[in-house]
This record gives sequence, C-alpha cells and structure tokens, in this order.
Amino acid sequence: MPVLPPPDPGLIARRAAIAADLRRLVPGVSVLEAASERLAYECDALTAHRSPPLLVVLPRTTAEVAAILRYCHDHAVPVVPRGAGTSLSGGATPMADAVLLGMARFNRILEIDRENRCATVEPGVTNLAISQAVAGLGLFYAPDPSSQIACTIGGNVAENSGGVHCLKYGLTTNNVIGVEFVTIEGEIIDIGGKAYGAPGYDVLGALVGSEGLLGIVTRVTVRLLPLPPVARALLIGFATVEQAAATVGAIIAAGIIPAGMEMMDRPAILAAEAFVHAGYPRDVDALLIVELDGCPVEVDDLVARVAALAGENNATICRASRSDAERALFWAGRKAAFPAVGRLAPDYLCMDGTIPRRRLPEMLGRITEMEARFGLKVANVFHAGDGNLHPLIMFDANLPDQTEQAEAFGAEILRLCVAMGGALSGEHGIGLEKRDLMPEMFSERDLEQQMRLKCAFDAGALLNPGKVFPTPCRCAELGKMHVHRGDLRFADLPRF
Amino acid sequence: MEVLAAVTTEQVQAAIADALAARTPLEILAGGSKTGLGRPGAAARRLDVSGLTGILDYDPDELTLTARPGTRLSEIAPMLAARRQMLAFEPPALHRLYGTDGEPTLGGVLAAGLAGPRRIRAGGARDHLLGFSAVNGRAEAWRGGGRVVKNVSGYDMPKLQCGAFGTLSVLTELCLRLVPAPETSLTLLVAADTQAAAGGIMARALNLPQEVSAAACLPDAIAARAGLPRFAPHLVVLRLEGSGASVVDRAAALDREFPVVGELADEGSVLLWQAVGAVAPLLPDPDAIIWRLCPPPARAAEILVALGPLAEHAYLDWGGGLIWLALPDAPPDGAAATLRAALGPDGHATLIRGPAMLRATIPVFPPMSPPLAALNARIRAAFDPALLLNRGRLAREP
Ligand SMILES: Cc1cc2nc3c(=O)[nH]c(=O)nc-3n(C[C@H](O)[C@H](O)[C@H](O)COP(=O)(O)OP(=O)(O)OC[C@H]3O[C@@H](n4cnc5c(N)ncnc54)[C@H](O)[C@@H]3O)c2cc1C
Repeated sequence: MPVLPPPDPGLIARRAAIAADLRRLVPGVSVLEAASERLAYECDALTAHRSPPLLVVLPRTTAEVAAILRYCHDHAVPVVPRGAGTSLSGGATPMADAVLLGMARFNRILEIDRENRCATVEPGVTNLAISQAVAGLGLFYAPDPSSQIACTIGGNVAENSGGVHCLKYGLTTNNVIGVEFVTIEGEIIDIGGKAYGAPGYDVLGALVGSEGLLGIVTRVTVRLLPLPPVARALLIGFATVEQAAATVGAIIAAGIIPAGMEMMDRPAILAAEAFVHAGYPRDVDALLIVELDGCPVEVDDLVARVAALAGENNATICRASRSDAERALFWAGRKAAFPAVGRLAPDYLCMDGTIPRRRLPEMLGRITEMEARFGLKVANVFHAGDGNLHPLIMFDANLPDQTEQAEAFGAEILRLCVAMGGALSGEHGIGLEKRDLMPEMFSERDLEQQMRLKCAFDAGALLNPGKVFPTPCRCAELGKMHVHRGDLRFADLPRF
Repeated sequence: MEVLAAVTTEQVQAAIADALAARTPLEILAGGSKTGLGRPGAAARRLDVSGLTGILDYDPDELTLTARPGTRLSEIAPMLAARRQMLAFEPPALHRLYGTDGEPTLGGVLAAGLAGPRRIRAGGARDHLLGFSAVNGRAEAWRGGGRVVKNVSGYDMPKLQCGAFGTLSVLTELCLRLVPAPETSLTLLVAADTQAAAGGIMARALNLPQEVSAAACLPDAIAARAGLPRFAPHLVVLRLEGSGASVVDRAAALDREFPVVGELADEGSVLLWQAVGAVAPLLPDPDAIIWRLCPPPARAAEILVALGPLAEHAYLDWGGGLIWLALPDAPPDGAAATLRAALGPDGHATLIRGPAMLRATIPVFPPMSPPLAALNARIRAAFDPALLLNRGRLAREP
C-alpha cells in the first residue's frame, strides 16, 4: 500500500498556532481544529487510507484562498485541496501535517451565458447542478461522471473526469474553457474564458488533470452544448465477451461514434440486475448499452445500423428503447453497478485503466486467470467505446492479507494495461493509489520532466505532496544542468 | 546561418547537446510553411527537422495515427480519407498565406496549435494529440501522454506542447486521435442585412441541436472572392455534416429558422471551408498584414462595428469566435493597440502575418498579465533552461 511521506512532528505541534494565524489572517474563515471535526475529513472515496488532516480550512472567496496559500507558502505548511471527496484514487487523501483546503463552500453559479454557450461557476458547484441550471435553456454540460450528484466541478477539473457520454462529447479537458486559479504563492491567475484559446502556453490544459498539484482552482468556465432532441439506447446481450467486443469494433469501423457505449460482464450484469431490476438478461456473458443521440431521423437510422451490426455479431438479445423511461431503465443497472457490486462483498476496489479497445477480450481472459490466482472475484464494467476498464475487485478487509491481495491484483491489472499500450488511469487519476506504478508507464526522464513542470508552479512541493509521483519532487536538484556532451556528439550530423 | 539536418531522434539530441554546450540558440524548422509566424528569431543555427518523416502506425480500428512530425498533411489526409477517417480539428493550410511553397507538416500545425472551422465542434489541435516523443532543451529524449484517448496519468503534457512553437521541446513522434469522416457535407447560405444580425444568426444556429459543424460570416465583397453570389451585405454560412438523411433533416430544420438563400453540397461545401480555414478570401493583397482576433463569439459583431474602416477586410469564423482581419495600410504598430483595446480583457489578438520589422517591435502574440507571463517563463525554463529552442519566437527573451 503506498504510504504518505512521514508527517512533520514540528507542524503537528504547531496546529493551534497555525489555526490561530489563519483565523487572524482571514477573518471569518472556518478553521476546523477539533479532533472530532477533523475526523469527518479523514479520507476520500479511497477509504483504505485514512488520516485526519492537520486542520480543515473552508474558504469562500478567491481572496481568502490567496491569503491562506500565501501563509502556507511562507510557513512551509503543505496543503491538500478537496472538493466533495469522491476521488477513488486518493487524490484528496488528507495528511496529518497538511491543511485540508475544502472548496465545497465555493458553491455559486456565477453566470450562464447563452449567447456564448458557456457557464461560469465556482469550483464547489456539483457537476449535475450545472446541467440542471441550464436545462431550461436547452443546454447541458457534457461530462457526466457517475458520481455527478456529489462530485464538484473543481474535483472534475483536477481529475479530468469522464462519464458515459465522453465518447462523443469529450472529457472534462475538452469542455472546460477557462479557470481562475491561485498559485501556492497566493497569486491569482486567470486563463481562458469565453474566447477560444488563451495567450501563452496551454496552462489550462496542464491544470486539468493535475490532481491538485499545480494550483487551487477558484472559478471554472465550462462549454455548454445544445441538448440533443432525441436519445435512444440499445441493450444488447451476447453469449461471449468476444462477440460484444467485436460489435464495439464494428460500430466504430462503420463510422458511428455513439454518445455512449458501455459493456458489463456477467458478474456485473447479475449484480446490477439483482440490485435495480433493470430487466437485464441473466443468461448472457456480456451486455452492451449503446446510446445514440441527435435528430430523430439520424437516431432512428443509427439504431437500425447498430442493431444490424449486433445481429451480424450474433447478439442473443437486442432491444432498442422506445421511451426516455425505458432508456433510463437500461442505464439504471449500469449507473448503479458500483453500489450493486458493493452488496456482494464487504469491500471492493474500483480500478481504472485504459487499453486499446480491441484488446478487451484478451484483458478479460487475463483477469479471469488472475481471479483464480489471487482467490478474489471481479466484476467488470467498461467504457467500451474508449477502452476504459473499471474492474471491481471484491474482498474483505477484515480477512488477513485480503486488502494487500486486492491491491496487488489491481496493480497487476494496471501493469497489463500499460503493457497493452494503454494507461494507468483513464479518469480517476493517479492520486495516492497508483503513484508507485507511474514508472511502469514513464521512464525516469519522463517523470523528471513532469516534476520540473510541477516545480514551475510549486517549487516548494507544498501542494498535495505524496500524490502522483513515486519520489518526492526536489526542485533544486531537478533544476541543475548536467550536460552529457561527450555521449551525444554525433560526428555524422549533416551540416550545410 | 549554420544548418543542421536531423533525421533521427539521436541527431536531434546531438544538435541540442551541441547547442547547449555552446550556449547557442537553435531555430527549429520543419516544413517551413509558417516561418513568418512569430517574432523573428536571431538564432545563428538552424535545426532542420523536416527529415523526421514517416507514418509509423495507422490503426483505423483504434482511430489513432502515429507519425513523425515532418510528415506532410498532404500525405496523411488521403491515407485517412481512403478509410473514411480524418483529423477532426481540420488543420488549415496556411502556406499560401505566407507565400511559401513549404508544405504544412503534422508537427508544424500542432506546434502552432492551429485549427480550422470545425474548432467549434471538435476542439482545437490540443484536443487531438494523445501522446508524443520529444527532445527537451537539456538534450534529453522523453515522452508524454500515451496512445489512448482516456489517460489521466500525470500531467497532460500533450496539451502544453500544442501551440508552444517548439519552445518546450522538439517533437520527434506524435500520436493523434482520429474521427470518422462525415458521409456528406452541406453548407447553407443565410442572408443578413447587418453585422449584428449575422452574429445573432450564428449564435442562434449554434444553440440549436442541429450540430452545425462550422459557422462563418462573410461580408458580400469577401463572399464574392470566395466564389459565392452576393445576396446581401453579409452572408452567414453554416455547415452540416453526417449521413445523408440526417443532413437533409437538419438542413430542413435550419431552413425553418433562417432566411436560407442557397446551399453548397459536397465538393462545393468542402472547398468553401478549406478556403475559410486557409484565410483565402483575404489573400489577394500579398502585402496586407493579417491579424487573428479571438473575442467571445457573441461580441464579434460589436467589435467589428466598433473598428469601423479598420475592419473593412474582415470575416468571422468559429461562430464569431475568430475574426480574420487584413490591413492593407496599417499604422506603424500594425494597429495592435487599437485592436487589442477593442477586444478588451476577454479576447486576444495574434499577428499572423506581417513584416519582420513589425514582428520584432510589437507583441506578435497576445500580451499576458505579469503573473501569467512569469508562470509561462518558468514553464519554458522547466523544459529548456538555457532558452535554446526557438529563442525569442514567442516573446522577447534575453
Ligand atoms: C460512486 C462513484 C462513482 C464515480 N464515477 C466516476 C465516473 O464515472 N467518472 C469519473 O471520472 N470519476 C468517477 N468517480 C471519481 C470522482 O467522483 C471524480 O474523480 C471527481 O471528479 C472527484 O470530485 P470531488 O469533488 O469529489 O473531488 P475530491 O475527491 O475532493 O478531489 C479530487 C482531486 O481534486 C483535487 N481538487 C478538488 N478540488 C480542487 C480545487 N478547487 N482546486 C484544485 N484541486 C482540487 C483534490 O486535491 C484531489 O486531488 C466516481 C466516484 C465514486 C465514489
């Protein structure tokens, strides 16, 4: 299990003094100091890791965030940002010697700009609240993580979150067009906004998915899209995973990009069906949900084409939704897959990795083989359209070694993702959970370059330390120049 | 000028190591189609990477393409088209704008962060680079990103490389995402009496669920140059793409909303948008300076009206989010101050074409607030501490 850097006893001893300083510096800000209050923030959704933070600070304004960060910078106090705490990778796992900066009170929608098709909100606004606020205008915010009732847009920005509709509409990074953020030095920087693009390097692009390591996001402008007039879903069952995967490939090869294309394996289907009674067939090995949206003529045409492709690939059942209620029912099982699996075992680990789409059957075969080896059961749900896997590894933390076994199992799956040409995380981030696996995907040089970018934002490595990188970020060392001139001179370099 | 030509990653490394040891900046050049974009450099050495060419892997099933950066778009596009796929961001061909015969390369369009009319639907170049290999200013070969669309493993390095003009690393290999090419393309011509009305039509069209994939507005004189009839003072052009039946259906929906006066199908539609992306309607005067202004889309009309005669040779793309503006007789600063003032803090302006003297004296790229400029300088140094790569191209550097 990855461990956080050892806490600094000196900082813990100064808890009361730091709290008093912050209250004085930022009058009116909530500073939670009592052990009972801090306990409520001891973990995010990676619940295996718990440690109450040094203090919890809950600012409401950008100026307050700037003052808090400036203080933390000047006094070398680490800071862990937190939105709603739904991170599954431990991105918001607190540290005993760090201030937990809770952004939940930044909960106002600041502007809805229909003409420019965007909304500007504070980072603590929940993902779903944005779409709800603009639905009346016929618009929506596309990325829709399953946690959307709870998770915040600030957390989405930090994790580059996805959802079932990202296949057609893109991830958070493709739908966020501006942010205001505060550097650890307390500087307030505005990038992007209503205009396309922004001056300078794509700092916005670098901030999205940076897991709270580069700056604190205090305002977010998102792109809004017109709601499609119609959406229909197909529920397609197959006797084998190979047939389901072949259908996914055939749909893409036919030039169709569905709004969403999800796959579940048999254990996931059975768990979901038992939980929400969505009417899923119990006698199939793989289920696909394919959603098509757009204008009615197009959707009807695509539904027919997808159904035909499913037939060619020997689907045993294929139903197309005829109403929004039926479509919602098709999705209900998929959307409740995590809690449904949660009922089957005392604990489960939700993994998140990406592989090239076509390797899904091979991956599933390997996971089955690993289940036997680790003695643990897995249910699989996939964002099949983009090769993003979510194996749910079931275990019992009260049994000796099971937590370690489950983690080792997860790590093996992720290594395999990388070996297959994929990535360690498709949407949940590296956080604490997968930090030590980063060298599987990147060389030491690659990681050094990433850490040097971190140093450009946070030279003291105070923002969310212990996350994402397996080794601490030592900026002074990383900044030194080593010239291997002798090794690199190439006599044969053509000169003109 | 001393020219080093590299055809392998090792040679790029060697050239940079050499430059590092000598503390001599390097101008990085690929196709050479966009040397006129940016501040003129004063490098004594040039690293020519146009020989880093070749398609390494085209995987139609996974919708990915891996190629070396010097590969010409003219080689890539037909190969993708044969499998009914394409680069969604519609990279524009700007070589005619610069009057060069160098052909646009994959690395060039990404390094310049250029995107064509489909930007409003499909995103920019930044949204399509999945991963890359590169050599940084320390002569180290490194990799960022990956080969899959969903990837939150460390910082999104591909985003930073796009639009960095080679100042953060020399790209040596690129992996891009592809999309299926639409079966048909249809452009509707909508008449508008005033700039404001035209702006309103574009905003309304883009708020409708008809998935308009490009929206531009051409004043009649410019429309005529693009080969379109002169129907009204302003011609709004709206593009629909997709399957035949779907396009017909959506076109009918738009027809009910707007005064549609004509349409261009297939080839005609494709050619029009190539011209719009390539700024072709503003090119007849080879000496005019050319600006790219990016306002909030809904403010474009108001800005054009405020600019008055300065905006005589101008048209809108990206639903108003992009103003292409040519100035045949510009004031000494190329009108930079006036244009930037008109845009205000919500927009930004880049001098796309202008004489070297002008590019050396005014900020070619949009000025940044002091903290953002300082952050940009730190990012630059994180990749290229000796400021070797294209020194001075983006901003004045020591
Ligand atoms: C049941 C369940 C289902 C889920 N489904 C999905 C899914 O479908 N797709 C998906 O992508 N994810 C999913 N997730 C994961 C999670 O919801 C997302 O990662 C989400 O974006 C986290 O948001 P949050 O507000 O809870 O952030 P937190 O968990 O509080 O924090 C996440 C990260 O963001 C940082 N952070 C938070 N706010 C800020 C800020 N203002 N400035 C800078 N950094 C900040 C934190 O430091 C941390 O690194 C799911 C989680 C659960 C529990």
